[in-house]
Amino acid sequence: MYQLLKQIARTGIKTEAPPQADETMRVLAQRLHAEILVLFSGSLAIRHVDAGSCNGCELEIHMLNNPYYNIEGLGIKLVASPRHADLLLVTGPVSRNMETALKRTYAAMPGPKLVVAIGDCGCSGGIFGESYASCGRVSNVVPVDVAVPGCPPTPVALMQGILAAISRGGRRAGN
Amino acid sequence: MPFESLPLNLTELQGAVPAWQAAAAPAELPDICQSIKDQGGRLAALWGTDEQDRGLGYALHLALAKPEGMLWLRAALPAREPRYPDLSTIFYPAARMQRAVRDLLGIDAEAADRRPWLRHAAWPETVHPLRREVAASTVFETCSDDYAFVSVSGDGVHEIPVGPVHAGTIEPGHFRFSIVGEKVLRLEERLGYTHKGVDKRFQGMTLAEGAKLAGRVSGDSTVAYAWAYCMALESIAAAALPERALMLRALLLERERIANHLGDLGYLGNDGGLGFGLAQFMLLKEDMLRLNHRLFGHRYLMDCIVPGGVDCDLDRAGLATIEDECKRLEREVRLLKDIYDDHSGLQDRFLTCGRLTPSTAGKLGVIGLAGRASSQAWDLRAQARPAPYDVLEARMKTHKNGDVAARANLRFDEIFESLRLIRAVLNRIAPGEIAIALPAAVAGKAGIGWAEGWRGESVVALEAGEDGRIRSCHAHDPSWQNWPALAFAVFNNIVPDFPLINKSFNLSYSGCDL
Repeated sequence: MYQLLKQIARTGIKTEAPPQADETMRVLAQRLHAEILVLFSGSLAIRHVDAGSCNGCELEIHMLNNPYYNIEGLGIKLVASPRHADLLLVTGPVSRNMETALKRTYAAMPGPKLVVAIGDCGCSGGIFGESYASCGRVSNVVPVDVAVPGCPPTPVALMQGILAAISRGGRRAGN
Repeated sequence: MPFESLPLNLTELQGAVPAWQAAAAPAELPDICQSIKDQGGRLAALWGTDEQDRGLGYALHLALAKPEGMLWLRAALPAREPRYPDLSTIFYPAARMQRAVRDLLGIDAEAADRRPWLRHAAWPETVHPLRREVAASTVFETCSDDYAFVSVSGDGVHEIPVGPVHAGTIEPGHFRFSIVGEKVLRLEERLGYTHKGVDKRFQGMTLAEGAKLAGRVSGDSTVAYAWAYCMALESIAAAALPERALMLRALLLERERIANHLGDLGYLGNDGGLGFGLAQFMLLKEDMLRLNHRLFGHRYLMDCIVPGGVDCDLDRAGLATIEDECKRLEREVRLLKDIYDDHSGLQDRFLTCGRLTPSTAGKLGVIGLAGRASSQAWDLRAQARPAPYDVLEARMKTHKNGDVAARANLRFDEIFESLRLIRAVLNRIAPGEIAIALPAAVAGKAGIGWAEGWRGESVVALEAGEDGRIRSCHAHDPSWQNWPALAFAVFNNIVPDFPLINKSFNLSYSGCDL
């Protein structure tokens, strides 16, 4: 236990001190926090659905919770059920085998049903495209508010995408 | 030569791993498989191709592995009623691969289990989308999806269905638990949800583009797949790579291994109730990903390995940075290992949990990390030793307890070994070319690639077509072999331990849904 406590003390607080993109991250975090405070009473619940991804985007969604990005500290929580979710993060080209599950997950969400499509595959179908097995981009299956490109998008890009979705206050333009 | 005792006409394939090709009649397959098994060999992969455009029928392909090398066996099947004998009675993991081949090509192993595997509702039973007559863009009407799970009956037995959308941020799949009280009597897995038609997508791509797709078969193993694909292509081209390119490939592969093991150790701590572990290991992983981005241009090293070599180089400052990182990682991971080892609450969750005995693991043909944690001594880097592992001398790590603790400890051992290998690369790497231009691939020529990723071996079998395009390509994930073993490991454990056991295997869905 002594070692464990010592390690915690030695590690210190890592949040908001990313070595590469210090300024952008700090600004982003503050804006994100402010938007969440205003629009979602300080708490945004996100449900993630892998609709056919290669698992690359999932690795970066995991990283959002590491102490550097610490999205829970901003009031964003990845939740276990779509019933609790304000926003859906969808990765992958939507495989035909996941089409029904994705539609059902979307249907199970309460309003405002924000959807952020993640990654080149989520945006356009990516390298997998559309085929007998793939529906391609996420917006071919459920309405999408924001699409975040990248293969996979970095945690900072993911946070920017989430920010863009909630800044629009849950009102969908187009689609 | 590992396969010379077999009654086969062997052709040696040029390339980085010792591999041979041979043809056999479908009826001969059981005897050949049995004798390879008796000699300590195993099934590495099973897939099929449509050869009707050549005026032939279909072909069934087997990759059979021994520690010293691989045999690529091809059995020609007729266009009408293509059948072959069930091989799952010899090699347990063949069962699901045979079902997948039946769905995609209509080649039938005549096994007792008639249920589909990759076919859910996206195409009808009468259609086999990997046949060349089916255009990749065809969209079929959604069919009914009525999968017959095995049901368990008895006093107090009930079912818990989980998925395909899981509670955490993980890939989709369905788990059907039959339980009594909290105890798991049976776990049945149903996968295939992320089937994206990868084999079909490969066809007609240029050989260069294929490397990118291979790197996205399973995103967490992008280096292993890209290397295996390029190895297959370089075997076709009979190209010898510059030593610097090979050294950099090994460096990338070991970095991928360390990054994934760090993430898993964090999640294992978290699932065992020690959130401290997740925070600590994720910091280490994030630091490593950032360094990857800085030195190689991509956090997960995607597209760094290209046909003919690598697409990234290191200057002296880069080498020194990695050396410093190794020192820091070694120190930090040792410290965290001590904390994990001394944490009685965590060890209580780890020890004896999800035990896969060496004897069961052997019968199931379990490989890779999960296999080595149950005494299954398979590690390509230490056995067939594709260059540069012939000079790096990787030391295989194994454990015999086969529980969550063994799989966690093996990850620690392998991190330290990978750090040692990275240092060996840093010591040996000499100036030189990082890539060569590959000569044009001759249509009809085939090659196989084999790389030991962090989860286990990735196998890629590639056949060149006309105009520098892919005729057929199949990528095989070690998860094919290991998913069935998970069901054995959770038997008699309690349901709340499943997430921990599952994480300790950390198998790929996308890699075998293809």
